[in-house]
Amino acid sequence: MKVKEKVMEYVFLLCACVSILAVALICIFLFANGLPAMKEIGVFDFLLGKRWKPGNDIYGIFPMILGSIYVTAGAIIVGVPIGLLTAVYLAKFCPAGLYKIIKPGIDLLAGIPSVVYGFFGLCVIVPAVRTLFKDTFGGNGQSIFTASVLLGIMILPTIIGIAESAIRAVPERYYQGALALGATHERAVFLTVVPAAKSGIMAGIVLGIGRAIGETMAVIMVAGNQARMPKGIFQGIRTLTANIVIEMGYATDLHREALIATGVVLFVFILIINTLFSILKRKEVH
Amino acid sequence: MENVKAAMENAGSAGKAEAINYQSVKQKFQSYLKHPGSFAVYILTSLAALITVLVLGFIIVYILVKGVPHLTPDLFAWEYNSENVSMLPSIINTLLLTALALVIVVPIGIFSAIYMVEYAKKGNKIVSIVRVTAETLSGIPSIVYGLFGMIFFVGVCNFGNSLLAGALTVAIMVLPTVMRTTEEALLSVPNSYREGSFGLGAGKLRTVFKVVLPSAVPGILSGIILATGRIVGETAALIYTAGTVAKVPESVFDSTRTLAVHMYNLSKEGLNTNQAYATAVVLLIVVILINMLSNFAARKLSAKQK
Repeated sequence: MKVKEKVMEYVFLLCACVSILAVALICIFLFANGLPAMKEIGVFDFLLGKRWKPGNDIYGIFPMILGSIYVTAGAIIVGVPIGLLTAVYLAKFCPAGLYKIIKPGIDLLAGIPSVVYGFFGLCVIVPAVRTLFKDTFGGNGQSIFTASVLLGIMILPTIIGIAESAIRAVPERYYQGALALGATHERAVFLTVVPAAKSGIMAGIVLGIGRAIGETMAVIMVAGNQARMPKGIFQGIRTLTANIVIEMGYATDLHREALIATGVVLFVFILIINTLFSILKRKEVH
Repeated sequence: MENVKAAMENAGSAGKAEAINYQSVKQKFQSYLKHPGSFAVYILTSLAALITVLVLGFIIVYILVKGVPHLTPDLFAWEYNSENVSMLPSIINTLLLTALALVIVVPIGIFSAIYMVEYAKKGNKIVSIVRVTAETLSGIPSIVYGLFGMIFFVGVCNFGNSLLAGALTVAIMVLPTVMRTTEEALLSVPNSYREGSFGLGAGKLRTVFKVVLPSAVPGILSGIILATGRIVGETAALIYTAGTVAKVPESVFDSTRTLAVHMYNLSKEGLNTNQAYATAVVLLIVVILINMLSNFAARKLSAKQK
């Protein structure tokens, strides 16, 4: 009996170590396959090179880095105001009956697969942008703008979920104190409760940034995917994630390694964002 | 302030006790007249919520309306070919891949949560490392998992583009989800359960399996259901690990195409838009069902705690 207890404890411990092992393996294999290519191409040529021409062995991913940053920034501009205000509405304004309908709806929004979002974007947002802006700005609808709108919608549930729980975690006495001083409901909520939930809200936004920068399938379908420097928000763009999926199917040798190196760059971005997120979250607890 | 006073006077004159923090619609209106800024903020906030709800409703209704009429029996033929673009093989593949991934990830996820909650002592170094790595895992985008799976499972382990490689890749991807929800479910089991079990002379192992785990089942289930939802909707991690062959595999080493990958292929080709809508409907319905199930399980858990 004693032996069985001890053995099972080690089995549990072993399982707990699987996630450590997974992270270690992911780091080792990504870096081992990506870094040599980066070295061969030259770190600066790779990261800051403005031309991506695999046929001529020119691998510069600067356009894709910019593409990812532009699209993510656009998603933040679209998604954060709406998401934040919706979170405030859910936490402080929403009648209980309505909440029971809206909340599962937002959970559902989080569960819709990204291909479905992408397909929706391709069939609805792209034609709409084309007809609305083609005459004034040009472009065929597949653009930074389109991708930003779609990604903005996709990060809504992330931002709403985290911001709402951060707002709900603020002690009720903050709100009551403000009311007692004569503030209206809106003033009390927006000038005392929301600022008190600041770091939680920031954590939600940072997580949203992580989602947007890592999103692949939806962006591929609406962003146009031209591997060139961005020319305007109504022109097409290719992101880091799109670069990997589009070309990995037929890439060989250095081209393939350059794509894995693209993944490494993306991975480093995500690690930075994750670190930021956990710092913000820890701040909220104290 | 005025409102409170008015309410008090009201209560006084009527001679009956009325809640003083109650604000009638008329009072609210008057207050908004005095504070137009507050009114503007209220409108903005409600508008944002309205936009969120409308966008959600529009996406779902649009896809249902466009897709449901195209759900023809052709789409559910046994064999896939470029004529009928049948999704049945992909549906079966999705089920197989999800089942295989869950078989791999559920025991590991539950066991590691058991270690973290029941066995590890406070301030255990391993626990904090596991926490950090699990958090890192949950932030990694699926395309990076796809790359890793392609290098490691397909290449280094030599599984090729196969059901097994795909299942292993998504298993790692959903591991943090299963772990975290199980951990929360275990933590919510009251300590008195454990003490009672120990008091009756049960060992640690028996306490965990016979007392703690059964009362945490709804929470664990809701985590597993969430993980299922992520696997079903996954595309980027599977294209280069499980591959894109639209046939039911004969062994775990055969390449498979899941429903989400199938949907991506359809919309990429751009030839079968209507069928793509129909596929989207099936995916959407699966996701809605999964969400309802997980909500149901979570409600079960909270009802139990009361």
